[in-house]
Amino acid sequence: MLFANQVIDGLADGAIYASLALALAFSYRSTGIVNFAQGEMAMLSAYAVWQLMTWGLPLVPATLISIAISFAAGAALYAGLVKPLSRANLLTVVSVLIGLYLALNSLAGFLWTYSIKALPSLFPKAHLQIGPLSVSIETVGIIAVVACVLLLLYLLFERTKLGLAMRGAASTPDSAELVGVPVPAMLLIGWGIAAALGALSGILVAPRVFLNPTMMFGVIIYAFAAATLGGFDSLIGAVVGGLLVGVVENLVGTYIPWIGPDLKIVVALILIFGTLLIKPDGLFGRRKVARL
Amino acid sequence: MNVVIKPRPPLAARVIFAAVLAVLFLYVIPFAIPNYLVSQLATVLVFAIAIIGINLVTGYGGAITLGHAAFVALGSYTTAILVVSYGWNPYATIPVAAGLSWLAGWCLGFPALRLQGLYLAMGTLVLSITVPALLKRFDGFTGGVQGLNVGNPESPVKWLDDSQWIYFVCLAVAAILYFVAARILSGPLRRAMVTARDNHLVAAVLGVDRAPLATATFAMSSLYAGVAGSLYAMIVGFVSPDTFNVMLSLSLFVGAVVGGITSIGGAIVGAMFIQFVPTWASDIDVSLGGLVFGVALIVTLVILPSGIGGLVGRLYDRACVRLGWTEAAQDERDERQTAGSIQNEPA
Repeated sequence: MLFANQVIDGLADGAIYASLALALAFSYRSTGIVNFAQGEMAMLSAYAVWQLMTWGLPLVPATLISIAISFAAGAALYAGLVKPLSRANLLTVVSVLIGLYLALNSLAGFLWTYSIKALPSLFPKAHLQIGPLSVSIETVGIIAVVACVLLLLYLLFERTKLGLAMRGAASTPDSAELVGVPVPAMLLIGWGIAAALGALSGILVAPRVFLNPTMMFGVIIYAFAAATLGGFDSLIGAVVGGLLVGVVENLVGTYIPWIGPDLKIVVALILIFGTLLIKPDGLFGRRKVARL
Repeated sequence: MNVVIKPRPPLAARVIFAAVLAVLFLYVIPFAIPNYLVSQLATVLVFAIAIIGINLVTGYGGAITLGHAAFVALGSYTTAILVVSYGWNPYATIPVAAGLSWLAGWCLGFPALRLQGLYLAMGTLVLSITVPALLKRFDGFTGGVQGLNVGNPESPVKWLDDSQWIYFVCLAVAAILYFVAARILSGPLRRAMVTARDNHLVAAVLGVDRAPLATATFAMSSLYAGVAGSLYAMIVGFVSPDTFNVMLSLSLFVGAVVGGITSIGGAIVGAMFIQFVPTWASDIDVSLGGLVFGVALIVTLVILPSGIGGLVGRLYDRACVRLGWTEAAQDERDERQTAGSIQNEPA
């Protein structure tokens, strides 16, 4: 039973990693940039929820408003910082993103101090009894929320004209431009969605680790591992990678005492270097069309 | 044959310049300023050593690493463990730390060759986030969270106190490593590295064997970081896992960019920046340090892509032209014809 419980907990962690990995994959597919600051943006989104709640809003509206703000912030980041960088050399791109990472991290410390804060969970603190398994509602809820978001994204990309235009803009920008797709606007929306997905991961993880400026360090590592494992340009890969990383990380932490909970982070390092050395495109890389 | 004008000040000017530098580093810093600043400036020299390593691998090798703290940690812990557990003389541990980090960098150089651009930056960033956890896990060697108490080496000279002594040790090591780097970057090896960085195809056609060159660059840069780590352990007298966190890696990267990513002379400016600016900023607000780093990084790249070192270099060239301190030299383009022999030169 321990095994089944660990797998389910792993899936919940994995769902959080998957949403952040999806955010990374979104920005990578549209602009070829690995957004090092994605985790810090997600952390700010979680703080935004906390701030809105201290101003008196209930949790759910605060969450939705924070996700909307994150969408706008992601789009603004694309317009203000990423688009001007599209022709810059790699060192400049990396430096600007690292600069952003440092600045956002300090900004959170500046605005909300470094002392930890509690963010309430979106789900009640109870356990579900499924047969012999006892699973917390939070675990099930996280998996359900991320699954719903994936379904929405699938519908967006496969069933709407906007989704088609976004896929076109990401895969072949020149041709898309020729058939009348406003490519920059599509990339703008892509970065917005990425930030919104990141916000979701931040808001889901904050109740589990407490709100503090360094809370995403652990998550972003696993998200990097998930995105690498799945292939950086693949959305389905980010999801599968996220779930795999979550499960593997939990099982390794539980069943290999030599590694234990302290050294779980090394799993991410090994996964990243292993994937990049053995199969640099990841499990699902190189597929140019989004399949969600 | 193309002829270019290169700056070349007359002998007298160069002697005066060298004398000013000597007075500054050998008298003013160790004897004329307050004592606590002396050990801070020793730390600046140590950071400068690590930053020269980043100049080599990122500026000339074109491989962006955000994980140099890992090698600094390796050097620091090599010294700490050898001193604490095996009773070694601290100075004897410097070559060991250098050798071990060279080896580690050489091993990591292979994957680094395969990881292109952003992937390498990401991989090394993750590496540097992992380092403190690893150090804490192997607490049998590393002393875990408590760290290891290395102790400051005592000054063997009567008229130097401990911090002045360690400053001179760092100065000597930094000077040697600076001239080694300057030597590496002065001849055909520099052109081979720059060509391999800017255009793989051209480099291959000219006979530059990129793989061993890139691996050697990575190993050399790790050696610099390892030596820096070893000296750092002696200055602070204490090593603990959380010193070598991701912030240290990113600070060194910021220092390299601000000082000028291809300017090894700028390394000292970058090192002063990362040593003093966060401290001043933290006096105003705790979180301001990171904010200043982040903004400095972005602003430097927008207005001064070659960093402060590059700016000083350009001003120097212009001043020499204005003063007529120039000489005609052979154009680089002609020298490139000899680039075919580079692969036979020792790396």
